[in-house]
Amino acid sequence: MGTTASQLSKESLSEYQSNPFKERICQVFSTSEQKDGSLTFEDFLDLLSAFSDSATLEIKSHYAFRIFDFDDDGTLDCADLEKLVNCLTGETNDAKLSSTEMKQLISNILEESDIDKDGTVNLSEFQHVISRSPDFVSSFKIVL
Amino acid sequence: MSTAGEQDADLSLQEEHESKTHRTKRRDGERQKKKRRNERRKGGTRPETSEEDDDEEEDSDKDVVRPECLSPEELEKLKEAVDERKKLIQSLRGKPWPMKKKLVTLRESQEFVEKYEGALGKGKGRKLYAYKVLMTKKWMKFQRDFENFKTACIPWEMKIKEIESHFGSSVASYFIFLRWMYGINMILFGLTFGLVMVPEALMGRPYGSMPRKTVPRAEEASAMDFAVLWDFGGYAQYSVLFYGYYNNQRTVGWLKFRMPLSYFLVGVGTVAYSYMVVIRTMARNANESGVGDDNSFNFSWKMFTSWDYLIGNAETADNKFASITTSFKEAILEEQESHKDDNIHLTRFLRVLANFLVLCCLAGSGYLIYFVVRRSQKFALDGLENHTWWERNEVNMVMSLLGMFCPMLFDVISTLENYHPRVALQWQLGRIFALFLGNLYTFIIALMDEINLKRKEEKVVKFNITMWEASLYNGTVSENSTAPPVTIHPADVPRGPCWETMVGQEFVKLIVSDMQVTFLTILIGDFGRAIIVRFLNYCWCWDLEAGIPSYAEFDISGNVLGLIFNQGMIWMGAFYAPGLVGLNVLRLLTSMYFQCWAVMACNVPHERVFKASRSNNFYMGLLLLVLFLSLLPPDCNLIHLQWHSKRLILCNRLAIYYLNTVSKGYQQANLDLKKKMKMVSMNFS
Repeated sequence: MGTTASQLSKESLSEYQSNPFKERICQVFSTSEQKDGSLTFEDFLDLLSAFSDSATLEIKSHYAFRIFDFDDDGTLDCADLEKLVNCLTGETNDAKLSSTEMKQLISNILEESDIDKDGTVNLSEFQHVISRSPDFVSSFKIVL
Repeated sequence: MSTAGEQDADLSLQEEHESKTHRTKRRDGERQKKKRRNERRKGGTRPETSEEDDDEEEDSDKDVVRPECLSPEELEKLKEAVDERKKLIQSLRGKPWPMKKKLVTLRESQEFVEKYEGALGKGKGRKLYAYKVLMTKKWMKFQRDFENFKTACIPWEMKIKEIESHFGSSVASYFIFLRWMYGINMILFGLTFGLVMVPEALMGRPYGSMPRKTVPRAEEASAMDFAVLWDFGGYAQYSVLFYGYYNNQRTVGWLKFRMPLSYFLVGVGTVAYSYMVVIRTMARNANESGVGDDNSFNFSWKMFTSWDYLIGNAETADNKFASITTSFKEAILEEQESHKDDNIHLTRFLRVLANFLVLCCLAGSGYLIYFVVRRSQKFALDGLENHTWWERNEVNMVMSLLGMFCPMLFDVISTLENYHPRVALQWQLGRIFALFLGNLYTFIIALMDEINLKRKEEKVVKFNITMWEASLYNGTVSENSTAPPVTIHPADVPRGPCWETMVGQEFVKLIVSDMQVTFLTILIGDFGRAIIVRFLNYCWCWDLEAGIPSYAEFDISGNVLGLIFNQGMIWMGAFYAPGLVGLNVLRLLTSMYFQCWAVMACNVPHERVFKASRSNNFYMGLLLLVLFLSLLPPDCNLIHLQWHSKRLILCNRLAIYYLNTVSKGYQQANLDLKKKMKMVSMNFS
């Protein structure tokens, strides 16, 4: 097993540079004290195990929730959702949604998934939405 | 932790090795109880050896429990604790804990189980129990290795992964479908080859021994010509590839192999196997993909599940970003527009007009095929040598070309309709399906006329043969002589046409020409276009790569439909030409390599991705329908009422099987819903 000396830094994961959530993925799986997102071998194993074909829906949705939770507060609030949309639409300015569109989108999402109407999506609500989706398991997958 | 105990040193060393280095054990869902160290336990309870154990063990052996000193309730509690630990070990895989925590918990639980399980076991059965545990462990290891081996044997895995990372999962799903088809065809080919073609070739009457197995004298001169062989005439016609070669003798060879029975049973087996496999895949897909077709989480799903984590290529990622942005904007727009409805009458009129035009197209193509088949019959009567290549292959070419151009026409017509892209795609697929079906059935009906004609001819020839034989006999032999009977070389015997072989030939020619058209289309349409765009770009006024025509995108639905219909034709023709399945295997093999190369070299990733249905069940459903429809004509030919009723029974059973599997999915969904409702009510209270 790797020692603390063998750390994988974010830059060396070149295969996943095109993934918009690459920073968050590294942060979520990293157990280093410096919080710089570097991964030991065990962290890397964790990552691959969560993204593998045979991981259960529960595990995948748990980690997906943590990845989308940008401020690490345990719920997906409006700020998290806004950051998520911006990640998904890419970096260029003309691709970004206007602020009215953004507000409309976020209110639609909260209307659909926020069951207890507290303005945020918590883990169980998230898992409920994800469990009905047919595409999630097949797309939330990284295979080397 | 483990002693190098005298009596079972190697066993304990093995366990130590396993527990330290085999992390992969955790990949199995089931944990197996470790082999109990009987001798050590026996040794541990004796005072003389306890000091040795003390020195080497971390766990104190004062914790060693003896069954005699426990009361029944304590025994019961201990048993419960052990069971709980075992359950924990089994469910450890599904828990979202970090790796370290999982490993530590696993080790602790395993130690606990091992320590106290020994206390619960009875004295005499220990050795047997230990043996059983060992064998179970070995069996599980064997199973795991076998699984690894099976996974390593899956063909083309790396190719498909590469395509997946460049083009996303929807294009890769076509290749996975192609591979699955290849597997099915291999099995059907194995059945046909092993049970029909090989026995006939090895044990049946050889070539030249019977009239039906010999090339007629008139054709002998040209029987080996390439042109004739390419049309599956000549020596190819009188071979194991076609129905006509098979004798109706009850048993063949020294094994007394029942040839006709085997032929029939292989046909039945093909049908049954195909149905079973398609329905099983449909049921599995239906189960996995959840229940129903609800749009209740439209925006949330777009948000949380639209990114495809398999994408590893920058260009594909950019396309994916663009498509996600577009889909967000469209969804928002649709939401706003659904609140206002404008000019519904115009829309309705345009849609009715579009459907009318499509019907005209379908009728036109059906009539064209009928006309062309009739013309080819006339040509055949005149003698095929007098006509050009086009006139000889008219039917196949026309069918393939119609299959290529009509879908484009449908695409143009559908712009009138102004549907949502996913709905428009489904309409398009439905129309292409109707086109192919109509063409195929027209072809068969036209063929039916020819078959009837040939059967009449056959009757006439049979009548003539009996007359001829009678005259031969009467002419050369007087009443009382005992001269040997006249022997005629089989090639000289006049015989009628064999309509089954003719049908088989038509199908084979159709498949071959279909294959040719497909490959040519890819070569010219994709590859040629890519070369033109790349090289003409240097000297052209506008940017060919960014604007029109640019590089082609991989047409998933067209290719999948082509594959499905190809398989339908194979199923239809396999009864008349056993060699057809082998031909299809070759075709799929070349298709796989050729298309993998073509897609990587000439295609670009899609700009927007719309799947035709949530799961692959739309295509599977089409395949099932095609299977059902393509097996109707041969069955009608068998003309057995019993057969039809047996098929109905079979249909019922298959339907029950499918519904049963799907209902399990519904039950699961019900349970989930109940859980969620409970959770919500708890949140509110």
